Amino acid sequence: MTIWRLILREISHRTIGFALGLLSVSIAVASLAGAMTLLRAHDIRTEEIVAAKEAETKREMDKMEDDYRKIMKNLGFNVLILPKDQNLADLYADDFASRYMPEAYVDRLAKSDIVTIQHLLPSLQQKARWPEQGERTVIVIGTRGEVPYAQRTPKSPILDPVEPGTVVLGYELHRGANVKPGDTVAFMGRRLKVAKCHGERGNKDDITAWISLREAQEIFNRPGQINGILALECVCAADSLDKIRAEIAGILPDTQVIEFSSQVIARAEARRRAAETAYAAIESEKQQRARLRAARERFAAMLVPVALVGCMAWIGLSTFGNVRDRRAEIGVLRALGVRSAQILAVFLGKAALIGVAGGVVGYAAGFAAGATWGEGGPASALFQPPLLAASVVLAPLLALVAAWIPALLASQQDPATVLREE
Amino acid sequence: MSDTVLQLRDIEKHYAGPSGKVGAVAGVSLSLSPRDFVAVQGPSGCGKSTLLLASGGLLAPDSGTVSVAGKDLYAMPTDERARFRAARIGFVFQQFHLIPYLDVLDNVLAPTMALPMADGRRKALGLIERFGLGHRLHHVPAALSTGERQRAALARALLHDPPLLLADEPTGNLDEANGDAVLAHLAEFAKAGGAVLLVTHDPKAARHATRTILMMDGRSLPDEVRQTPPREIRPSHM
Ligand SMILES: Nc1ncnc2c1ncn2[C@@H]1O[C@H](COP(=O)(O)OP(=O)(O)OP(=O)(O)O)[C@@H](O)[C@H]1O
Ligand SMILES: [Mg+2]
Repeated sequence: MTIWRLILREISHRTIGFALGLLSVSIAVASLAGAMTLLRAHDIRTEEIVAAKEAETKREMDKMEDDYRKIMKNLGFNVLILPKDQNLADLYADDFASRYMPEAYVDRLAKSDIVTIQHLLPSLQQKARWPEQGERTVIVIGTRGEVPYAQRTPKSPILDPVEPGTVVLGYELHRGANVKPGDTVAFMGRRLKVAKCHGERGNKDDITAWISLREAQEIFNRPGQINGILALECVCAADSLDKIRAEIAGILPDTQVIEFSSQVIARAEARRRAAETAYAAIESEKQQRARLRAARERFAAMLVPVALVGCMAWIGLSTFGNVRDRRAEIGVLRALGVRSAQILAVFLGKAALIGVAGGVVGYAAGFAAGATWGEGGPASALFQPPLLAASVVLAPLLALVAAWIPALLASQQDPATVLREE
Repeated sequence: MSDTVLQLRDIEKHYAGPSGKVGAVAGVSLSLSPRDFVAVQGPSGCGKSTLLLASGGLLAPDSGTVSVAGKDLYAMPTDERARFRAARIGFVFQQFHLIPYLDVLDNVLAPTMALPMADGRRKALGLIERFGLGHRLHHVPAALSTGERQRAALARALLHDPPLLLADEPTGNLDEANGDAVLAHLAEFAKAGGAVLLVTHDPKAARHATRTILMMDGRSLPDEVRQTPPREIRPSHM
């Protein structure tokens, strides 16, 4: 006969008491394990939600990036280099610059090792009257075509120069003058051969006449001067106009750079905005999940201690009852020579057993509840071995603490009192 | 004197009552040798149970000494006294005090919790057979008759072959036949070399006893009085 056998026999005799103790520990442990499993399910779900959102955002960003690259390739990125003192408001009002800069600037750029821009098109533009055609308004653009870069292998120019002595006429102009390519036309006191007649474009090109830069400089009395350099198809990230500006400023400090292909910028900006919005959405989702988690944590932080205290109170009180019911038994065990430490062990052993069993049952119940009513996640991910270990260790510890005082009273009970009472 | 199993010297015991001290035992001396079967008789409240518990090492007297097999019980530390009790003293009570959830065999083996015993089971089975409970091995006390219960308690008390058996009203809850059987077993134990201290109201107990001690108000009465039949000294209210 051992103390353990005594404990087990007593438990099988008073099954209801044991069952109630087991139930109370199980409820307490289940509330803890359930809360922890629910929180774990919450975390797993949060990770899933955020990962899905991030993946979606990344997909969209990649697509946008791709679109953007295509646009860049097709469109390039165009800038206009103007004299530094050019008032932009005037430029937009008059359609041409009223300030001038040396034509040599374009050669300086061409000789430089600037990489952010290509296709340099210097021009001298002026709005004028065409006396030979009844003083009609005409935009004269003097151009020398594309200035090749000194340090690059020559590519086919995107714009052919206009040969001296020839003119290219916009739709309204050649229609008004009733001329066709090969004809000769009187133009501001010169006789120029019509090199090309453009079709209708529906913009100011229709009243534009392209002549050679040299002749334009002579007509407008601006020898060696231009009022703009167009740089087309700059290959660079659209959002680094500043980089282009800085590079040009380094070579031509007297100039300013404006961008005039806003579609690319708009795309880039839209992309940046979309990214910002997407990341803000992810962030707000995270915050919302965090708030939900905090609320759940608060609930668990209230429920779990209440369950634990209730369980300990129950174990303590039921052990008191058990000790009271077994006064005679304790007395006779002492008379048989059982030591007080062994009596303590009888009651603590029982409490520990209830604790271990309650820990296991409670964890299983809590886990099942968490897995069933939680936000998901595979059981293997929800299963937390340290939590199981803690349940199986902590539950008996709590039961021992709860049973300590009644067990101590039992061990110190005077056997003589009960043995004389009859 | 090394032969003496139980030696009580001037035992005094008071209890703290609500209105001061209550004297329970007032200077009792007693000596039991092997084969002694001493019956203690006396009116209710005269201190019989107190004397018995003091003899068993369960209740320290206010003064006087209790020696069992030459060892002063109350000079020992508590745990040592418990082990000593397990080995040397058997108890039998009026209420049997069997452990309700253990069957007969486990009840008889209960003393091995205090003092493990290599051949405990064999010994227990032998005792159970001897007390006529062989067919009741795995019955719990509730399923037994009172006589069977007391015989199971006797078997338990004898498991460790104690030299001293203390019995407090062992026949108090039994019918005559069962009471006689229990007294006969006690007498048999004494004849085999044990010492028995029996507390009883039962006048028939005296017939089995080798000696009878009459107690009155915590004292054992002088020898002359002892020779008087117990029935005649009973207080009127009994
Ligand atoms: N705990 C106690 N506090 C106060 N008085 C007590 C206490 N226990 C016993 N007494 C008193 O001590 C005296 C002796 O009690 P004890 O139980 O030894 O008597 P007893 O002879 O065994 O009586 P009975 O024959 O009824 O069993 C009695 O007067 C009793 O009232
Ligand atoms: Mg009594």
